[in-house]
Amino acid sequence: MAGQSDPHISLFSAAEIEFVAEDELVEIVPNISMEPLNFTCGDFGPFRPQMPTEVPMWLAVALKKRGKCVICPPQWMSVDKLTQVLEAERDTEYAFEPLPFHYVELSRLLFDHAHEDIPDLYMVRTLIEDIRDVRFHKLESSLKLINERVNAVKLKNVSAMEMNIVRPFLVRTLQSFYKLDSPQMIHNPVTTAYRQAQAADRGPRLELRRRHMIDLLRR
Amino acid sequence: MASGSEEGTELETEDIDKSIRLTTDVELLKQAWRNEKASPEILKFQADLVQRSKEQIQLMEDTVEDYEGNGTDPLTISLYQMDLDRYQFLLRSYLRTRLQKIEKYTIHISKTEMWNRLSRPEQKFAKRCKDSMEKHLTQSVLSKLPEGYRSILQQSASSDAEDMVPEPQLDTFVFCKSNQYREVVQVGESGDEQFDFAVDGLGVIRYTAIRELVETGKVDLV
Repeated sequence: MAGQSDPHISLFSAAEIEFVAEDELVEIVPNISMEPLNFTCGDFGPFRPQMPTEVPMWLAVALKKRGKCVICPPQWMSVDKLTQVLEAERDTEYAFEPLPFHYVELSRLLFDHAHEDIPDLYMVRTLIEDIRDVRFHKLESSLKLINERVNAVKLKNVSAMEMNIVRPFLVRTLQSFYKLDSPQMIHNPVTTAYRQAQAADRGPRLELRRRHMIDLLRR
Repeated sequence: MASGSEEGTELETEDIDKSIRLTTDVELLKQAWRNEKASPEILKFQADLVQRSKEQIQLMEDTVEDYEGNGTDPLTISLYQMDLDRYQFLLRSYLRTRLQKIEKYTIHISKTEMWNRLSRPEQKFAKRCKDSMEKHLTQSVLSKLPEGYRSILQQSASSDAEDMVPEPQLDTFVFCKSNQYREVVQVGESGDEQFDFAVDGLGVIRYTAIRELVETGKVDLV
């Protein structure tokens, strides 16, 4: 009966999330000549030496592995931009800065396969690690705010990988609260004295329960 | 680069261009795959999309074969092969995810309108799956139980409902992301709570609140 407990059905593996991220476009500068590629996922090229062109990440990585191009790191991966983001992340308690939905996977792919194309590699890597840590810490601590039945949780600007990591825990938590805190469970005519005592205990919480939707990130 | 390949490329270009509209079928299939993986129940089979995808994969396989025959540069061939592999992975994973759900909820699906969400081959699979399961359980366990406890659907003959049929849990929570429709969703029973996809972007919502929007493709599960 546990519809969501089977990991094969409803969860995305990290590899599958990366697969999705690999479709994001990135700019490359080829060092070879090649005719346009008419793929099922779109047309790319033509490729001429020193002429920048946009391709999906997986294609960029494939060309890079064969030494056929230089990958231009996206704008958000510059030291300046990342420093700004990190500062902003540190300044707010619950809000998240807008970063690409797949920033974790994209930066990881670039570090693994194109590290020589990234200026200030060491700084960029450290900054992204710091940003990830700060954001994840925020996400974790914001989960503590869930302490009652809610209908929805807003997760503005949370990225794919961050979302995937908290998914199993968050879904189970929300399900449990939803089930145990349901009005039927609380307001049903109770027969035993024990239950009545419990219902009475719950009295003060009714006031809190008016808010059914929770915005973790904007309080 | 071999000059003979360029003619072939141009011919193929026309064919493929026709099938590429604003969003490609790969993109649509990816969304269908994500929705299918993330939703607790089985969704409607994307018959047209799967049909088109199969045709495109076939076409691409032929193209790659042609290239191999006419001495196209091996790099180009391997790149086309990668594109093809990614498409095939999506299609297989989509179909497999559905089969897993069918195996899990066979009886429930075959007894409700969900049956119509299955493709013909899937219905055949579900039927065989149900028969095998019934046969197996009857032979190994149920036939050895006392009279009245032998049903595959009920715990005992005295229970009113079919209380042993696994059903998808619709009361669960799913992650969803805004798409071009930017819907505003009522999430609470009272109707005063709204989730505005244009503003909020990403969130966790009860599946029942967005079930219809998922079916019509106005909200994407992730």
